[in-house]
Amino acid sequence: MRNFNKIMLVLLTLFCANAAFANDALQQALSALPKASFSEKSRLFTQIADSGADNSLEILQAIQSGDLYGRKSDGLVVFGRKADGGLALQDAVSGEDLGVIGKRKVKKITINNSLRGELKQLVAGFQLKAEEPSRRIRAAGSIVNDPSPELLPLVEKALTEETDSAVREALDVARAAIVVTTKDSDSKSRIAAISVLGEATDSNAINLVSRYTLKDGDGNYIEKDQALVEAAETALEKLTTRKSFYELMQNVFFGVSLGSVLLLTAVGLAITFGVMGVINMAHGEMIMIGAYATYTVQLLMPDLIGLSIVVAIPVAFIVSGLTGVLIERLIIRHLYGRPLETLLATFGLSLVLQQLVRSIYSPLNRSVITPDWMSGSWAVNGMLSLTWNRLYIIIFSFMVLFALIMLMKKTSFGLQMRAVTLNRKMASSMGIKTGWIDAMTFGLGSGIAGVAGVALSQLTNVGPNLGQAYIIDSFMVVVFGGVGNLFGTLFAAMSLGLANKFMEPMAGAVLAKILILVFIILFIQKWPRGLFAIKGRFIED
Amino acid sequence: MATTDTVSGTALSGPIVVKLFEEKSTRWFLLAIALLVCVMPVLNLLVPADSAFHVSNYTITLLGKYLSYALLALAVDLIWGYCGILSLGHGAFFALGGYAMGMYLMRQVGDRGVYGDPLLPDFMVFLNWQELPWFWYGFDQFWFAALMVMLVPGVLAFVFGWLAFRSRVTGVYLSIITQALTYALMLAFFRNEMGFGGNNGLTDFKDLLGFDLQSNLTRCALFVITGLILALAYIFCKWLTLSKFGRVLVAVRDAESRTRFMGYRVEHYKLFVFVASAVIAGIAGALYVPQVGIINPGEFSPINSIEIIVWVAIGGRGTLYGAVIGAFLVNYGKTYFTGAFPDLWLFLLGGLFVVTTLYLPKGVKGLLVDGKLAKYFSRSGSVSKTSTEGV
Amino acid sequence: MVTNISLQEKTVLYLNGVSKSFDGFKAINNLNMMIKPGELRAIIGPNGAGKTTMMDIITGKTRPDSGDVYFNNEVDLTRHSEAEIANMGIGRKFQKPTVVETLSVFENLELALKGKRRVWDSLFFTLSAQGRARIDDVFEIIGLGPRRSILAGALAHGEKQRLEIGMLLVQSPELLLIDEPAAGMTDEETAHLAELLKSIAGTHSVVVVEHDMEFVRSLNATVTVLHEGSVLAEGPLDKVQKNERVIEVYLGR
Repeated sequence: MRNFNKIMLVLLTLFCANAAFANDALQQALSALPKASFSEKSRLFTQIADSGADNSLEILQAIQSGDLYGRKSDGLVVFGRKADGGLALQDAVSGEDLGVIGKRKVKKITINNSLRGELKQLVAGFQLKAEEPSRRIRAAGSIVNDPSPELLPLVEKALTEETDSAVREALDVARAAIVVTTKDSDSKSRIAAISVLGEATDSNAINLVSRYTLKDGDGNYIEKDQALVEAAETALEKLTTRKSFYELMQNVFFGVSLGSVLLLTAVGLAITFGVMGVINMAHGEMIMIGAYATYTVQLLMPDLIGLSIVVAIPVAFIVSGLTGVLIERLIIRHLYGRPLETLLATFGLSLVLQQLVRSIYSPLNRSVITPDWMSGSWAVNGMLSLTWNRLYIIIFSFMVLFALIMLMKKTSFGLQMRAVTLNRKMASSMGIKTGWIDAMTFGLGSGIAGVAGVALSQLTNVGPNLGQAYIIDSFMVVVFGGVGNLFGTLFAAMSLGLANKFMEPMAGAVLAKILILVFIILFIQKWPRGLFAIKGRFIED
Repeated sequence: MATTDTVSGTALSGPIVVKLFEEKSTRWFLLAIALLVCVMPVLNLLVPADSAFHVSNYTITLLGKYLSYALLALAVDLIWGYCGILSLGHGAFFALGGYAMGMYLMRQVGDRGVYGDPLLPDFMVFLNWQELPWFWYGFDQFWFAALMVMLVPGVLAFVFGWLAFRSRVTGVYLSIITQALTYALMLAFFRNEMGFGGNNGLTDFKDLLGFDLQSNLTRCALFVITGLILALAYIFCKWLTLSKFGRVLVAVRDAESRTRFMGYRVEHYKLFVFVASAVIAGIAGALYVPQVGIINPGEFSPINSIEIIVWVAIGGRGTLYGAVIGAFLVNYGKTYFTGAFPDLWLFLLGGLFVVTTLYLPKGVKGLLVDGKLAKYFSRSGSVSKTSTEGV
Repeated sequence: MVTNISLQEKTVLYLNGVSKSFDGFKAINNLNMMIKPGELRAIIGPNGAGKTTMMDIITGKTRPDSGDVYFNNEVDLTRHSEAEIANMGIGRKFQKPTVVETLSVFENLELALKGKRRVWDSLFFTLSAQGRARIDDVFEIIGLGPRRSILAGALAHGEKQRLEIGMLLVQSPELLLIDEPAAGMTDEETAHLAELLKSIAGTHSVVVVEHDMEFVRSLNATVTVLHEGSVLAEGPLDKVQKNERVIEVYLGR
């Protein structure tokens, strides 16, 4: 954000004739600011706002949040961000970094309550004039969150000028919010405002409306105006219905996002277990290796965190995949047809891998930095916002599944893999190198686990026990979905994810998990081969 | 005797008691236990502390712990070695037995707890509970707790086994759901609301049947009792496996459908042995808790259950005494290495898993006892290379 | 379409309109068959004709989609488990010889010996003199007497076949289902086996599934030809071999 502004600033100083003048007015106001009295500040704020400089909004917001300081040595006005050893300073006009300085060497630009109100108007006025409609909508939303009567003229002025219908709607709600909270507005306009709020998609509207439905100790409405109460009750009902709908959507989102994580962690297992019949207890450690690969990539390219995640995907795939190939060639190859022995050997291996990681990276958890483009959330409307990292993981897991299905169905490797699964002897006699296919298949499953590790590193800390936390869940998904069926895995992952998230509010996270485990234990009794089992007389014993 | 008809050691014409002691391994095993049980307490209680032959309290407790682990390993070998049921959740039965004993010990603390409440254990007072939950009733009586030590794991194993074996969940699937079972129980016992002390579990015990748990004499007594119960359990398991029941188990392990078509209700056999094994595991847990002084949800963790498997695998499955040897070997190794080279232990344990499954399918027992192939083929109940069929 | 055959006469096994499909593939398609007490019946058919599935249905391993299977005119086998069916008196020998390899030959027979099968009975089981005599008789028949103490896993393929048939015999079933017994046997053993089966028939009912035509001929029994899950022809071997549809199926069209 700030970078963007900086660039804009540079562009503007280069090309815009106005810029020099604007900067002069800004400079003047700023230089007076550290020593100004509260009444002078009011005038200076207006001057900053009217200067037309591009970072004046940023400066006003910094004053609001208490992040604007005057440097004691020379009175320069700066942004201050908390940093190790004090505050990291940045010139308020040029945006130039001025290094870290002790807290006592600067003085905060203070404000009082009436200045706070003025600032709010100035900032809102700025935001309501923003270029992009989405920012104007957000500005209207923040008014609903904190409505005050002095903003009313601003909103009404904006309404007369606004052409975008979505923004108009948001402004209408903002206006209604102000009207409802203004003490001296008349009953009729309040009722109208309440019904406008009733149509809003904003959680704050509920608080605004519900103040008219409050009751006293005897169960009578505090608000005496009967018509007003009725309007409020109607609006409230609409709003709560809408809110519970979006809460449902939110839950679905969380469920699908958990399901995607399960899908990512389980789909590699679905290949090694489903296609090869190999129980890989070290599958979780393949995930862990992928997560550590992400961490290592970030260490190697500290200046390109945004890119590092993208780089980490193929790196994790290759590192985990090669580990998988190695495991297959050295150990699992000797244990085909002995699933329980494979289970034990790979479990031993998982212990070794965990300890190895502990020795190399220390037993402490490492945190992987979330790049800017994945942090924060996407506010769909005032009642629903989705976090970017989960959204990306959902998309990513589906991409992985799709790529995998394509690989299985459309490539010759996939064909050979399926041939070996169906009839090893026949495939071998047709010239397919079954050993090579086994190694590659196992490598593929492990590689995908590594990719899952990249995704997980964005959700939790990276530690030696990362994989263990997911291995049982992954097995549950594969067993529930039915072995040897990727669509079954998808279905199982999603339904378990959703079930988990929907039970959580009722039962709590731990109990929800226990219930799911119990459910699967019982489910296996009835359908021992999962939901989408491959049926047939050859698939027995 | 009609032993000419059949393989040595499996003749079943004479009284079974005779047969039990006909086997050399049984005699050696019981002798070893008897020696351990007689000598160690003497060396601890009667030999002065400065003597080279003195055995410390620490060692007695440690050996007592190993003995209860050995009992647990025996339980696992009974189902895995003889019936091919690889339970990755046997730690759950062990822990349940341990909790039942822990609840009794907790009630024995009485008003000597930190909060001095005559009825409620400390953790309940801490959680602001007003009254004792119903499932804690009766645990002030030793007989009741002792019954629960067997009943709770037994009933759980019965319900779980009845469901699983009836619907023919076998092999890897069974292993995975047993793991899910113990995992679910672990999550449940971590919750404070369950009423079993949450995270911290049950600890700070004072005495057992009036005997101070800290005293040497009590510790030695517990050690001896654990040894004797191990011997009894060994005889019981040996009897099971030497009877025709044991041969049906082996048949189930190696040719499950054949056994069905011979008219045996495989699920009943599996259920019986599974429940018996769970009860033994529960008893092992109950013996473990007073010696170690704590029981917490960590005992339910899936990794603990898998570790039991490695004891049995390393000792050699399907021999019973192999499981006991394995439990002692691995746990001694664990005690030694986690003390001396803590970083090495997991490498070693993990390596043991890999090496035994790859190169020592019969474990240490296979390495030492079955040096000669002929000798190997003449044993009953031992694991041959064909035994993995149908597993 | 269930055909109703009147059950005036006594049958040991009666399959009535049995069908079973796997993922759309009809393994058994409206199969009807009757086995009379003491009868020796050979069943032949090309690969995939449904022979093994038929055995699975009779012994309770597979449930049919439709149709009934009656044992001794009264018991519907489709409602019972493998163990129950085995205890009613139906013994089965698998195509691949299946014995308990880690038990001795004697112990294999002892396990199969007719008797109570409950857990409790096994725990306190002692072999009676009568039982021992019965096992010795069977050793006479299958000729494995000298190898009784050896582990079954150490037997040769043909010996395993004989052991499995021996296990069937000590089980004393009313009906024996025998899947490809001649596979892996020497000519001499095969001839011996044919004699054995013929001698059992009469007191027991025997159903043999076989590929080897010489062996089938030597059984001198009624032959049922299965094709695509239903009966194509039935009768003496000579007659069946002249049946045009049978020739078509076996030789290709």
